[in-house]
Amino acid sequence: MSHDHSLNPETMPQDPEKATLEGKNKFMGLWFFLGGEAVLFASLFGTYLALRNSTADGPASDEIFGLGLVFVMTMLLLTSSLTSVYAMYHMKNNDYSKMVLWLGITALLGVGFLACEIYEFAHYITEYGFTFRSSAFGSAFYTLVGFHGGHVLFGLCWVISLLIRNAKRGLNLYNAPKFNTFSLYWHFIDVIWVFIFTVVYLMGKVG
Amino acid sequence: MPENTSTNSTVKAYQKKKNKDEMKKQLIAFASMIAFTLIAFGIVATESVDKMFLIPIIVIMAVVQVGFQFYYFMHMKDKGHAMPATLIYGGVWAALLTLGGLGLITWW
Repeated sequence: MSHDHSLNPETMPQDPEKATLEGKNKFMGLWFFLGGEAVLFASLFGTYLALRNSTADGPASDEIFGLGLVFVMTMLLLTSSLTSVYAMYHMKNNDYSKMVLWLGITALLGVGFLACEIYEFAHYITEYGFTFRSSAFGSAFYTLVGFHGGHVLFGLCWVISLLIRNAKRGLNLYNAPKFNTFSLYWHFIDVIWVFIFTVVYLMGKVG
Repeated sequence: MPENTSTNSTVKAYQKKKNKDEMKKQLIAFASMIAFTLIAFGIVATESVDKMFLIPIIVIMAVVQVGFQFYYFMHMKDKGHAMPATLIYGGVWAALLTLGGLGLITWW
């Protein structure tokens, strides 16, 4: 193999993302990071559950939540999780342009999700006067859901940087682990959202 | 050398087929995640289930859906994932302790 680690179908290892020591370490490090993220979000969920009925005469969850928009957001994020699976499928088949295409679709779906969330927050603030300072419920809600939205924004910046930086490089053993770690992170964002739509929105709707 | 190349391409073909089969499983996982989501939203929107059962049902469906995400989409079912599983379950354990602790000081 040449010293720049460029991949061609004859020399490509089965799992390019874990073929180098650096790749293995990135893979392990990301899982360790996700374990930590799980604890971070658990503390936010715990706080939300404790404060979700402390509305201080402000708007309550069943008055403001609309299931339609949340359903659209769920579908957008869930589909973006599948498209990043497709991206990693093409990475393993050493098809760089298709991988880029699917990561681009993933990013677009992520942007759609974020746009819906911004619209949702703006709607709560302007229509119901429901803000971060309305009540303990308001603070807990915006902290939890906003933290998730912040993670989506971070993921979008991450994948766009990767796509721009590696646009002319093609797939190699140096950047394959980078794409794979992003994909794992993106799945985890979806994992957190599954709990948010269940615990915050669906449970908030039934009271 | 030509023999070598032909062996190589057979391996490649085998690997490609394996990747393709894997992708089919991913699609089944995706379809079941969509189904779980539809059921969860459906029973809340139609209020067809008693509140006492509704919350445990939707929480269990969320946990199953997350299982699909971890084991299929994030490949935790594949070989060489003992350490990632240890790390993430370590995190999940600490997360449950956090939830338990916060629940204890709130409601007990």
